[in-house]
Amino acid sequence: MNLVNILIQTIFSQNFIFMRFLGLCPFFGLTNDMDSSIGMGGAVTFVTVMASVVSYFVYYFVLIPFGVEYLQTIAFILTIAVFVQLVEIYLKKMIPNLYKVMGIYLPLITTNCMILGVTLINIQEGYSLMETIVFAFGSSVGFTLAMILMTAIRIRIGNANVPAFFKGAPIVFLAASFIAIAFMGLQGLGG
Amino acid sequence: MKTKIKQLLTKGLLKENPVFVLMLGLCSVLAVSVSVINALGMTLAFTFVTVLSEVTISVLRKWIPKSLRIPIFIVIIASFVTILQFLLQAYFPSLNKALGIFIPLIVVNCIIIGRIESFASKKPVFDSILDGLGISLGYGIAILSIAIVREILGNGTILGYSLFGTSFEPALMFILPPGAFLVIGIEIGIINHVSKKASRKEASK
Repeated sequence: MNLVNILIQTIFSQNFIFMRFLGLCPFFGLTNDMDSSIGMGGAVTFVTVMASVVSYFVYYFVLIPFGVEYLQTIAFILTIAVFVQLVEIYLKKMIPNLYKVMGIYLPLITTNCMILGVTLINIQEGYSLMETIVFAFGSSVGFTLAMILMTAIRIRIGNANVPAFFKGAPIVFLAASFIAIAFMGLQGLGG
Repeated sequence: MKTKIKQLLTKGLLKENPVFVLMLGLCSVLAVSVSVINALGMTLAFTFVTVLSEVTISVLRKWIPKSLRIPIFIVIIASFVTILQFLLQAYFPSLNKALGIFIPLIVVNCIIIGRIESFASKKPVFDSILDGLGISLGYGIAILSIAIVREILGNGTILGYSLFGTSFEPALMFILPPGAFLVIGIEIGIINHVSKKASRKEASK
């Protein structure tokens, strides 16, 4: 498949949050202010792309030669956990400024279902290394886009007069539903 | 003793419902609730993993070093998920296909890790079994209540049986992703409304 198609599909028509329902915990939990949603988006982008590359090598150079493909779930989650830990240690020592921005989100990322989901889909679809990277990058850009959209709307909701019945979580889900309708309009984009 | 059992089993239903109140594990709930049969399958899969991993960790709790606990928890959960994948592939291939990627993703379901961290790693085995069952019951009620609404409105059927005959025009939107957000939003609204009313009644007594 064409790399550009994968990119457009993962960002818009197959958006991970609105179409595939992956990574919803930070989407509903962390979209209260712009700084944290952009920080989370950045951290997710970095970890997803790197974890996809690492898991690609783990699958094709470790699991397949030893004939233990069925261990992929365990192997991938361990890969992600170890990788996140390494990134945290590295950032803390080498780039403390970036650590300050991304640091608090890193432990949360291990249990973000989007990252495990992306690595599993990569294998399921049989993507090549290049396609894997593009797929991981596109899906995290789509995730960041969704986070930013949701934050902008939640800031508006904060100033609006919401009916008592919808106060709190319900109005947020309703807003997500309307954004999802908008994203459905992009269906078919990118083949 | 009896009240304790009852309390462990029922707290997940409404007061501490993992989906509606704590809002954890939303991914699988929203994605799988397209039809009631998928929701039932997902509930059973979730119960299998939750109860077995809570029991295992509760048995091993004295030997798990504190600093390494999260990776150990994840490996134990992932092992049970792998066993589950084998079972589904062998005996329920169509369900396995319908649930797809959301079976392996049980590993990163925040509900399970949350219960293990806050309950099973500290409490005896019997309590952990009850806790696992109670939390799975809450999860099942949430996912089923969403799936029933979505299947009836979006497909006009329940468990595959047609409800309204051929003249019914299903609202396709409820099967599609926007419908999932809409239904869970309204259901949380109803639950908030009811529990607010109940607490107001209690306060005025």
